[in-house]
Amino acid sequence: MADDLSPARAARERRSRLLLLTPAMIILLLAASGPLLIVLIYSFLTPGDYGGVVWKFSWDAWFSVVAERDFFTDELSFADAHLSIFWRSVKLSLMTTVAALIFGFPTAYFIATRPKRSRDFWMLLIMIPFWTNLLIRTFAIMELIRAEGTVNMLLLWTGIIDEPIQMLFTEFSIMLGMVYVYLPLMILPIYASMERLDFSLVEAAYDLYATRWRVLRRVIFPLVRPGVIAGSILVFIPCLGAYVTPRVLGGGKNLMLGNLIELQFGQGRNWPLGAALSLSLLAIVMVALIFYVRAVGRDGEKAHG
Amino acid sequence: MKRTILMSTAAAFLAAGAAHAEGVLNIYNWGNYTSPEMIEKFEKQYDVDVTITDYDSNDTALAKIKAGGHGFDIVVPSGTYVPIFISEGLLMESKPNEMENFVNMDPTWVDVEFDPGRNYTVPWQWGTVGVTVNTSVYGGDINTAAIFLDPPDELKGKINVVPEMMDIMSTTIYYVGGEQCTMDKEVLKKVRDTLVEAKKSWLSMDYGNIEKYAKGDLAAGVNWNGASLRSRLLNEAVAFGYPMTGYPVWMDNAAILADAQNPENAKLFLNFIMDPENAAMLSNFARYANGIKGSEAYLDPVMAQAPEVVVPDELKAAGVISKTCPPEAQKIYTAIWTELQK
Amino acid sequence: MARTFDIRKQTGFTALAITCFAVLYMPIVLLVVYSFNAGSSIAIWEGFSFRWYATAWDNDQVQAATIRSLVIACCASGIATFAAVLAALATTRTKPWKGQTLAFAMVNQPLMVPEIVTAVALLIFFAMIKVSTGYTGLGYLILAHSAFCIPFAYLPVRARLQGMDLTLEQAASDLYATPFQIFRRITLPQLFPGILAGAMLAFVISLDDVVITEFVKSAGQDTLPTYMLGQLRRVVTPEINAISTVLLAISVVMVIAFFFLSRVRK
Repeated sequence: MADDLSPARAARERRSRLLLLTPAMIILLLAASGPLLIVLIYSFLTPGDYGGVVWKFSWDAWFSVVAERDFFTDELSFADAHLSIFWRSVKLSLMTTVAALIFGFPTAYFIATRPKRSRDFWMLLIMIPFWTNLLIRTFAIMELIRAEGTVNMLLLWTGIIDEPIQMLFTEFSIMLGMVYVYLPLMILPIYASMERLDFSLVEAAYDLYATRWRVLRRVIFPLVRPGVIAGSILVFIPCLGAYVTPRVLGGGKNLMLGNLIELQFGQGRNWPLGAALSLSLLAIVMVALIFYVRAVGRDGEKAHG
Repeated sequence: MKRTILMSTAAAFLAAGAAHAEGVLNIYNWGNYTSPEMIEKFEKQYDVDVTITDYDSNDTALAKIKAGGHGFDIVVPSGTYVPIFISEGLLMESKPNEMENFVNMDPTWVDVEFDPGRNYTVPWQWGTVGVTVNTSVYGGDINTAAIFLDPPDELKGKINVVPEMMDIMSTTIYYVGGEQCTMDKEVLKKVRDTLVEAKKSWLSMDYGNIEKYAKGDLAAGVNWNGASLRSRLLNEAVAFGYPMTGYPVWMDNAAILADAQNPENAKLFLNFIMDPENAAMLSNFARYANGIKGSEAYLDPVMAQAPEVVVPDELKAAGVISKTCPPEAQKIYTAIWTELQK
Repeated sequence: MARTFDIRKQTGFTALAITCFAVLYMPIVLLVVYSFNAGSSIAIWEGFSFRWYATAWDNDQVQAATIRSLVIACCASGIATFAAVLAALATTRTKPWKGQTLAFAMVNQPLMVPEIVTAVALLIFFAMIKVSTGYTGLGYLILAHSAFCIPFAYLPVRARLQGMDLTLEQAASDLYATPFQIFRRITLPQLFPGILAGAMLAFVISLDDVVITEFVKSAGQDTLPTYMLGQLRRVVTPEINAISTVLLAISVVMVIAFFFLSRVRK
């Protein structure tokens, strides 16, 4: 059907597509992409003495993303401080995504297999905690896992441990906090595509003597893949730029990218470096997104082919 | 069309907010720093509607005001930022020194480096950055920066450092024998090595630890005096030390913005907070000293005699009023700071 | 179902889901408990009292901030969801067209940039508009929030669309339904869970935003998160817990109402 479009119909389709995209594009141009252009320009300028920029072209910011001139020895070397912060961010974001998937997938499945009319109720149950402000929830997590906190007290009381475990201010606590914060971003898209899952396919697989694991892997998972990928992207990307969670739960001892960038726009007063670091972060995200477009594109072809 | 509706709805919000446009004053200040009682008194006395909007760092405030179009009348930057605000032309020369209540100013705070003679600013609150120690954990001398830079074994792993780059850099520079804003490579090398080594014994670099000190999660750390006072009120064993080698003294100051829409009300306000009774209201709320003579009489007893607020005479000399460092120094400090947190 | 073999069961999934719910609610329980603390701490229990509810009730700044947060979140999630649904219809289930990838990248762009960067850029950009037009209302915040909410509303809708069956729509088209009828009667109802998910996501994302709001807000435009951020460096009292508990209670009531309404309807 799609192959015999007359030119008139093709034109009409183009026009309606344009019309459909207009509202989103106006908002985004005004409040997202347009400003990004400012960031791009800023990354090639000279830092102002007290924040801001001076309108003088310079490569310095981009140079100092990857390299640094040692102040003491005047030697040129890799900016290992920046690189290790990049690495920590990518690592923690990946780990968070995997953890969120491990918990989010079964939860979405659990909800999707409830009777139809109670599903909305379960979904709302997922959302309710997020009605409370992020900061106050983060504080509550801090209270739960600190040395003298509720979790340690419980563990001590039950005799599982004899000494409080230092959970707060570790990479574990950052990860825990991020999983907590971004979990609905994983659950919602998975649920959205799982909710329509056709269980007659599952039944057919069982009739063919498939094991539960095989059904999950070969039948259910491929069918909800777009949701899984969307969820993973929605979790992975904000984690990369996370700011509040590492600051509060990480104890600020080890920076993540979001904090490093904030430092440059704030106390460090080097806006061009901040801009260049942001665009580097953008590059990592692009890689993740290209992967997403490819993966989804493949699914799309399958669905239509 | 949709956007028009959006805009007019939003305009309606704005109109609702500015209903009593006759007398308004927009204050831009640190969060939880403005005594509501004092504001109420001011509103009654002058029939002015006061709006308070919060910020959480000097840099945010500076960036925002520099960008323009903010609608604020009064801002409360720290002393280190006042010269920047002035040199960027962001403050109005409102001449607080010619105001009626200026006679109440403590002379110590009149000829400050960031605003000599007080042509732009009025003191809001001032305080010190020192060390907080739980004396039931460590009984030794607490008036030293070694508490966090070369900690005794009892304190290791239970130390917090506030993530204020300039305060930490300055305290460490004084500790290794340098001067504020130094660019001396020898000194800075020592600073870096001391910090990198010391960091191994720190638990966190975080704000808002009043309860953690009180509950024993933290045994020591770099802290503000007012915050330390609040911890002591929860737990008697928490004490505040002033490093003998030197500690930063800061002051936040109220000033009128160059593009203020309500400069007359703003002037009334500056004069108002120089009244001892009103200044005391500020201190009783924010728990810091205020720089106005005669306000002691109105202070809560817990404030008036607090060792965190009244600096012991023998340690007064070690206090160094923080000033604005040149951008070159700032750049090196940021590099060391990033290295520390990598 | 008469059969004993439950085809929907997956070993361990229910346990994981329950753990998930437990973990989600543990901090919430804690924050509700401390909202009744007699002491001024969110970590040290000193006895039961309603003191912080009274304090919050008397605090105009907190109240105004809470209402402002809700107003912005409602407007922004509404606008974002509307724009996102249209955009999703244009970018999904069509033959690949020139610029599709670009459109996709544009829509998701707010996700890719850390908040602080957008915040600084918006500060500069909006300040220019504020100075030249003199308008400083909530519109800027709503616009900024709408922009970063769009991808959150878009992705669930898109995921839903991708999994959707085309046969119903084709059947309707064969029966001479107009495109609008098809959309209204077939596409929209099928799409609804995706839209709901997207709108809810957008709503909470807007409600939680700190950094962008902090930079974009004008005088007297504190939201609850920026009000809290201002307190972060000083001291946090159970007042915030009290407000959060009230908001929570309202949302729970709404959930229950929603639940019963949908029961009645069916």
